[in-house]
Amino acid sequence: MQLIECPWCGPREEVEFHYGGQAHVPYPDAPAEVSDEEWAHYVFFRDNTKGRFAERWCHSAGCRRWFTAVRDTTTYRFERVRRLDDPGPHATELARARRSTAP
Amino acid sequence: MSPGPTRTPGADLPEHPDFLWRDPEPKRSYDVVIVGGGGHGLATAHYLAKNHGITDVAVLEKGWLGGGNMARNTTIIRSNYLWDESSAIYEQSLKLWEGLEEDLGYPILFSQRGVLNLAHTLQDVRDSVRRVEANKLNGVDAEWLETDEVRKVCPIVNTSTDIRYPVLGATYQPRAGIAKHDYVAWGFARRAHEAGIDLIQDCEVTGFATDGDRVTGVQTTRGTIAAGTVALCAAGHTSVLTDMLGIRVPVQSHPLQALVSELLEPVHPTVVMSNAVHVYVSQAHKGELVMGAGVDSYNGYGQRGAFHVIERQMAAAVELFPVFARAHLLRTWAGIVDTSPDASPIVGRTPYDNVYLNCGWGTGGFKATPGVGWALAHTIASGEPHPNVAPFTLDRFVTGALVDEHGAAAVAH
Repeated sequence: MQLIECPWCGPREEVEFHYGGQAHVPYPDAPAEVSDEEWAHYVFFRDNTKGRFAERWCHSAGCRRWFTAVRDTTTYRFERVRRLDDPGPHATELARARRSTAP
Repeated sequence: MSPGPTRTPGADLPEHPDFLWRDPEPKRSYDVVIVGGGGHGLATAHYLAKNHGITDVAVLEKGWLGGGNMARNTTIIRSNYLWDESSAIYEQSLKLWEGLEEDLGYPILFSQRGVLNLAHTLQDVRDSVRRVEANKLNGVDAEWLETDEVRKVCPIVNTSTDIRYPVLGATYQPRAGIAKHDYVAWGFARRAHEAGIDLIQDCEVTGFATDGDRVTGVQTTRGTIAAGTVALCAAGHTSVLTDMLGIRVPVQSHPLQALVSELLEPVHPTVVMSNAVHVYVSQAHKGELVMGAGVDSYNGYGQRGAFHVIERQMAAAVELFPVFARAHLLRTWAGIVDTSPDASPIVGRTPYDNVYLNCGWGTGGFKATPGVGWALAHTIASGEPHPNVAPFTLDRFVTGALVDEHGAAAVAH
């Protein structure tokens, strides 16, 4: 079982965590003006990257707080974790965030 | 209802033929290029030739034929799905399975030993009975069995009331069963090859050549291949391909683990699935107990998963089948399954005029193999979706016409 580094609690066993999918998926700025297609992409469509992927995890059996991780989906290795209140997201994460807003 | 006849492990395995298919160099151009040499790609090739006379076809496989999910599944075949749309495609597929050995002229060891889907709570019971009635309305064989009848079908199931999740009954589909997955792939490959279709292994797609809203060719590790029509049958790696095309597809790839025991005498006469405690078990022809679990929660392409998933699955298996306690685990592995938001496949047109999509089968692709091959071949040949796949379009995520099969899939997606 792999250890995951919770940014608050330190390394804990994988079973304590809950997976939250892709990180940086912004809620539409003007929800009332969003088309059906844009809504569909917000609700259903996520990147499915093979390689380094920015995603959300929750330390649900510990401090119960969410954080962001960059994990490699081919090796499952966690490359870095970051608290949500940590300013300055990693460049890769920003690039992914921009891409995820495009339909 | 009685357990199937006693089998001698290994006795019904056929000899391998000397030769199954050619290993050709790719031509520069084909009418149809199928990306993915697993069950779905090979079945599509077979039915393109058989039903539509289309044989200028290449099946491109980045590894070896049938070496991806086709070699990694738990071989279970059933059609007891809840919704009409799912029932239609899986039941037609089951009917094709029933004649497939003859069609392919090759043994696939299709064994209709039935499947039990266990119910462990009052709500499980109600949902199960509802599904049985829905199945009957769709012409799918289904029965509700009380606990003592479950024991008659599969005597090794622990039907004691003194376990954490007692068996309160089960749905039973007698026509369900298993097949020998490798032989299914080889049978389709053999027939496709006999029809003149090129099966090209060790040929990974690295990009696409496009002209407006058409794809003109497929770039591969063995050169560029021009294509009149392209069909994507790459299961867990579909979005790796669609990313190259700039198409977004709402699938997430997850590792789905399975494992086998050492060879045992015949002890397990049917297929048993349990959603609540999450394990599914059958006994392979040679004698291994074949067990599947749920998917790992995270995205992954690594063809392996987390140990705790197996641990929970084994705990459930040993409680349900106390005789398994002394069996030795032989090996574990994972396939990469492409799960969609409504637990249903995505088949049909894409924003490119001549590119067809076949993905999102999640944990249920094996049983659909002949059915989707039939329907996708029809769709490619006519340019119009076969009625069985028409509900499973990519645009249903925009229109909201979802086919939400989470409750009936009997495995967690």
